[in-house]
Amino acid sequence: MTTALIVVLGVVMLVAAVFAVLHQQLVSAVIAAGVVSLSASVVYVLLAAPDVAMTEAAIGSALTTVVFLYALSRIRGAKGGSDGS
Amino acid sequence: MVARIFAILAIAGFALIALPLVTELPPMEELTSLARTYVERTPDELGAANVVTAVIVTYRGLDTLGEVSVLFIATAGVGFLLRRQGPAVRSGGDGVPAEPENGPGQAPSEILATGARFLMPVVLLFGVYIFTHGHLTPGGGFQGGVIVASAMLLYFLSTPGGRVGHTALTLVESLSGASYVFLGVLGLVLAAGFLDNRLMPLGEFGRLFSAGAIPVIYSLVGLKVGAELSGILDHLRSREGDHA
Repeated sequence: MTTALIVVLGVVMLVAAVFAVLHQQLVSAVIAAGVVSLSASVVYVLLAAPDVAMTEAAIGSALTTVVFLYALSRIRGAKGGSDGS
Repeated sequence: MVARIFAILAIAGFALIALPLVTELPPMEELTSLARTYVERTPDELGAANVVTAVIVTYRGLDTLGEVSVLFIATAGVGFLLRRQGPAVRSGGDGVPAEPENGPGQAPSEILATGARFLMPVVLLFGVYIFTHGHLTPGGGFQGGVIVASAMLLYFLSTPGGRVGHTALTLVESLSGASYVFLGVLGLVLAAGFLDNRLMPLGEFGRLFSAGAIPVIYSLVGLKVGAELSGILDHLRSREGDHA
């Protein structure tokens, strides 16, 4: 049961990672990278590593995503337009 | 074309190197001898219920001090770069208070504002719980600090014009960092070595006030990380760098 769940989460991580690399819209790519981290943190919980899972969920999926989004909005603001979306 | 072939070759090489991880890695049935030593010795020696915390704060305390320093340098770099950039970016229309903040560019929706106002104290309290109970439950200074910073993020999102006292953030950050090093040196004097947690009484196993200096050190780390990450978020958020 646990193994099946880990396999499913691994597939989700792979799909989200490829999506993040290939997608043209940067915001969607950032969100997909956050999905990779969130799935990884669930895998850590299943593997009985709650400390690592907490770090991955808080830093990988929450804080990194937000920092990327803030950076994107700053870059757009510096360009002075809504191009490069 | 040649570059593409080289890229494919490089990927295939990495796959070949990583293949043993899939095929030959045995499933962990029991602890290795090193892990078993830590698990058996930690409760008696350090009085910490969470072995991971005991390893991070005490056995490998110097590494953690290095990690905290790395985070400090990163924060200082972000603050330095964004402060220098601030006045240059501000081109025309400065001093207009009605200028919409960055991001979506509008005031937050009713749902976001109300939800954030409700959730922020709860998340803040949860972060404090995580780093004060680091020696008992999973988590610790870094995780708790990040949760504190995400509570600050909720505040930033719900009140775009809100200001954070940078003096207070800097004060918390430097004081907790200095106290961390001071406690480490105190361990050198009062106990067996640098960052030894036995400079304070070990107390009763599994209680909040136990495990010597571990809760104190992890609370300091949590305050430091929380202040640093809140500072990074605030620097990234504020368009005009005049208050930084």
